[in-house]
Amino acid sequence: MQGTNLTGQHIETSSILNKSKGRGRSILSVVTSNPKIAFGAGVVAFFVLIALAAPLLTAYDPNATIITGSRPPSPTHILGTTGLGQDVFAQIVYGARITLLVGFTAAIGSTILQVFFGLTSAYFGGLIDEALSLIINVFLVLPGLPLTIVLASLASANAAANKNEFVIALVLLFTSWSYGARVLRAQTLSLKEREFVAAARASGETSLRIVFAEILPNESALVASTFVGTFVYAVGAEVALEFLGLGDTSKASWGEILYWAQNNSALITGKWWQFVPAGLCVAVLCAGLTFINFGIDEIANPRLRREKTAAPTGDEQKGRI
Amino acid sequence: MRFLLRRASFYLIALWAAVTFNFIIPRLMPGDPAEAYIAKLQTQQITRAQIDAIRAEFGVDPNVPIWKQYFDYLNGLLHGHLGIATSQFPSQVTDILRQSLPWTIGLVGVSVILSFLIGTLVGMLAAWRRGSWYDTTIPPLLTFLSAVPYFWMALGLVYVFGVSLNWFPTDSGYDVFNVTPGWNPDFIGSVVQHAVLPVITLVIGSLAGWVLTMRNTMVTTLSEDYVLMAQAKGLPERRVMFNYAARNAILPSVTSFSISLGLVVSGSLLTEIVFNYPGIGFALFKGVQGDDYALVEGCFLVIALAVLIANYLSELVYVFLDPRVRQGKD
Repeated sequence: MQGTNLTGQHIETSSILNKSKGRGRSILSVVTSNPKIAFGAGVVAFFVLIALAAPLLTAYDPNATIITGSRPPSPTHILGTTGLGQDVFAQIVYGARITLLVGFTAAIGSTILQVFFGLTSAYFGGLIDEALSLIINVFLVLPGLPLTIVLASLASANAAANKNEFVIALVLLFTSWSYGARVLRAQTLSLKEREFVAAARASGETSLRIVFAEILPNESALVASTFVGTFVYAVGAEVALEFLGLGDTSKASWGEILYWAQNNSALITGKWWQFVPAGLCVAVLCAGLTFINFGIDEIANPRLRREKTAAPTGDEQKGRI
Repeated sequence: MRFLLRRASFYLIALWAAVTFNFIIPRLMPGDPAEAYIAKLQTQQITRAQIDAIRAEFGVDPNVPIWKQYFDYLNGLLHGHLGIATSQFPSQVTDILRQSLPWTIGLVGVSVILSFLIGTLVGMLAAWRRGSWYDTTIPPLLTFLSAVPYFWMALGLVYVFGVSLNWFPTDSGYDVFNVTPGWNPDFIGSVVQHAVLPVITLVIGSLAGWVLTMRNTMVTTLSEDYVLMAQAKGLPERRVMFNYAARNAILPSVTSFSISLGLVVSGSLLTEIVFNYPGIGFALFKGVQGDDYALVEGCFLVIALAVLIANYLSELVYVFLDPRVRQGKD
């Protein structure tokens, strides 16, 4: 789930963004020049568009009972209806909003924590490093999903009103940062020995500025890839939590669709349309994100790039897991 | 030896952190377990004395200072008191855990070993035949499969092999009606039969990680001089692949064991729920559904303990495999 290409290998993050002139143009050219990134970004963009255009794509309210009972796909309900008579297609497109939003929020928050823990612990070293590394490693070794379930169930059980997407995002943020923090720490340890850091220090820059304005931009590719990795983890874990009934069961999201499908024994009675589309969406979204990560890896890691020119046989999966 | 002692103390700290989380988190949340329990009783008349008694039973009596609650909690844990599972009154949490743990350990153990063996072998062959159709198709396919949520894969397998084809049972850990638990062939056969689909779910879900780690390190190892030397000596291909390249490429796989194990344990929780498999994950699920804090926390503690022990064992294996660590240079 988490960390598709984060092995703590010292990926040479020759900052890809600084190569061409305009920043906006360079991001676009990065996206289009690498087929893996282009494919992954296309998949993600597709789901974002679906989520934004939900009201245009379907006339149905995802939570309203439209007809009685569960019906197989038909021209009026292209993905059928649930046991409560809700339109599955409407639930999928509106559900994309919640799933993407929670995943994104958790990943952004988690990335901020990763950068903070990883960079400060590596740059300052000594006792600070000992203490922060201990925290990172403890979080790393504790089993993530069980901890997430415990937190989410405690956070949501006392009052039904607490069961919302925000709580889920917060819990995921709290339990998903350790892996990226360790990867960034390893990279910072090697970067802080470089000349440009010494030069910045000699010219009297503050530690804060050196860490966040000198070192951080040189790790942008790695930060981007830990962000994407965390996003994949957050989406998977969120869907799992909702599947367990720890989310807001009254609102349509991909996990909730699966929760209700399981609760209504859609499986045993062969109502495949209740669980196939939602699961497939999760799988395709996560695979798309993973491909972005493989692409970032290919661009940022010169060794992989060299291989590509030497042997254009199209080796897939040079990304590291 | 010093290395192992240092690691052991790290794992003790991690265990202490898990225990302390368990203590602090319910007390940080709005309301407390006792309140939730009282709400669940749904009795109209409940006296002040009863509420106080329930609070005391849950160890959240506001009149007891927090540090004393903490030490009482630790003391209780050391004596194996995890409280009463309110959702399955009057069962002790420890009894439920004792019944569930062997199922999960069996399921996860078999899956991890199978997945490691198959994944490492596939990754090794992919690197050995780099650029072939096999190398270009299998790893991306596995990446897609690993993006599929565990429980969804489990649902799919239940649907295809359980409901449609009716090849394998999809419910519980053994045939509850026809066999008696014990060391008899009928029971063992039934357990194996019931474990097939859950194990397949976990193996498929965790395979990609092993394959890609092994493939990528193996690619690097293959360009080493000693591999070339072995080939130049005219050693059989099989021997070069296993004893020279793979032997040295396997170390990162062992290092990534801890992360992989965490994922498989997480996956097993969800898989057990789909298959109604009588393990820790299913117990945790029942605890979550019944707002049963004692059970949920007990499950978390026992999972954390098992994962920490397994991690420590994997480091022992690492020491055995890597002489540099054995000699204290780490």
